[in-house]
Amino acid sequence: MRILVVDHNAERAAVVRQALVDVGGYLVEVAPKAGDLLALLRTAQPDVLIVDLDLPDRDTIEQLRVATRERPRPIVMFVDQSDNSMMHAAIDAGVSAYVVDGLSASRVRPVLDVAIARFKAFESLRRELDETRSQLSERKVIDRAKGILMRAKGITEEEAYDRLRRTAMNEQKKVVEIAQSIVTAAGMLG
Amino acid sequence: MNGDLTPVRAGFIPLIDAAALIVAADRGFAAEEGLRLELVREVSWANVRDRLMLGQFDAAHMLAPLAIAATLGSDNAKVEMTAPLALGLNGNAVVVSAALHAQIAAVATGDPTDPAVSGAALAQVIAARRKQDREPLVLGMVFPFSSHNYQLRLWMAAAGIDPDRDVRLVVLPPPYMADALAKGQLDAFCVGAPWASVAVSEGTGRILHFGVDLVARCPEKVLAFRSDWAAANLRTMQRLVRACTRAAAWCAVPEHRGELARLLASPQRLGVAPETIAQILESRLVVAPDGSTRAHGGFFILDGCAALRPDPRHALWLYAQMVRWRQVEHSAAAAQAAAKVYRPDMFDAALTVHDGVVQDGVGAFSEPAFQADDLDAYLSAVGAAPIA
Repeated sequence: MRILVVDHNAERAAVVRQALVDVGGYLVEVAPKAGDLLALLRTAQPDVLIVDLDLPDRDTIEQLRVATRERPRPIVMFVDQSDNSMMHAAIDAGVSAYVVDGLSASRVRPVLDVAIARFKAFESLRRELDETRSQLSERKVIDRAKGILMRAKGITEEEAYDRLRRTAMNEQKKVVEIAQSIVTAAGMLG
Repeated sequence: MNGDLTPVRAGFIPLIDAAALIVAADRGFAAEEGLRLELVREVSWANVRDRLMLGQFDAAHMLAPLAIAATLGSDNAKVEMTAPLALGLNGNAVVVSAALHAQIAAVATGDPTDPAVSGAALAQVIAARRKQDREPLVLGMVFPFSSHNYQLRLWMAAAGIDPDRDVRLVVLPPPYMADALAKGQLDAFCVGAPWASVAVSEGTGRILHFGVDLVARCPEKVLAFRSDWAAANLRTMQRLVRACTRAAAWCAVPEHRGELARLLASPQRLGVAPETIAQILESRLVVAPDGSTRAHGGFFILDGCAALRPDPRHALWLYAQMVRWRQVEHSAAAAQAAAKVYRPDMFDAALTVHDGVVQDGVGAFSEPAFQADDLDAYLSAVGAAPIA
């Protein structure tokens, strides 16, 4: 079975490709973006297409639903009639799959399982990075607010943090929100 | 305050006719209706369709023919859609490469904005190419179920060109069109605003036709809901219809154009230069790289009930195009189902509920309220016998 992975994220595509080779020994080709998708499909002749949802190229694939002289077996979106959750999982993970018409669901499912798992793993990695980044910037704001309080009130760092924390508790807000308002106010007053 | 707002998620494609939805979200019209409208910018119509079908979106800016195709099950899955609001009319343009424009101009006799004239010229160009044994012309459009597809086909068929045999019609995402034209992968394309203007401003193509040359009042995008969702969330749907209707009225005020252009231009919305958007709002578009312009008041119609109130004749016209071009099999049941996607009654209900005066469309002084959608219930409520 030939698989074409169309993904703008080269790193992710490489991971998906490796996983597919490891799992089923499939023939896998990778394309970073499908500017000329129709030409690519003509040369690659894939049985299964794994497409990154962030690429606008899906609409081009939608056209291939109709059989033509050069493509007697149309490409259809993979929908497992017995399992709607698969579609949910795929879209959630940011991936869609197309297959040549007539390919049985049982042959396609393992391919899609692998793709969904890899896309998901990438997504959670990205989210972790985002979280780390926002935690870092939160810490910066809190440090600045502590500094402002320490100077204004002549208190220690520990006392400054304690005030931030207590105010946050009283106002039912996050420490970083209180810190941000102090930084903003200091900017306006200073 | 924010806690009291009802969250609604809607998908959109960066196009000028997403304006009502974008303004509803960004200028407070949705919040005034008690909605927290979250807009999600999408990159493909397939994504919009799938996310609406799976419930990841509550509403969507959607190609009207796609909403009909989904309802009929002629697209992917069969999921009934409801369109209580049209998001304007027109807005497309046919863009051709410099080379094709020169070839058409060389043989055209008459007014080049007359599609009969340009179509006859195109037929001659195609005949000449065939004689020289050259590859057929390649024309781009945005989705199989799109007015763009039907406008191009209408134009060519009227000139005796078979759009399935004499040319190659391909689907390309709008942001790729200009590039494909520059690389010679495309000879022409039909696309919604502002993407024709983007291609012209990049110097890769020129506008041969405004969509309005081909179809005077062309149905385009609708505000689409899954029918089951709309039934279960009637009030929320009505609020969104009202918010978008008010937003469209705001867009139509000439003094708001500058702000509207800036709003739409933002990277999270259309991500296109405000000057490019402004010329569309002014209905005067640069049509060629030399800067020449053409004005047409009907280039894009967003304002007024006539453009927003879904007209079932539009749904039927789109359905007829699908039948004509063999995308669906014609049957009386299918035609009826297609017409029913467009819901002027829901549009009316959403707006009159708000006025609070004539909720039933009549406003009789005594109970019960009239029920246009359930005559029997009304008749038995007033003591008359329903049909046996």
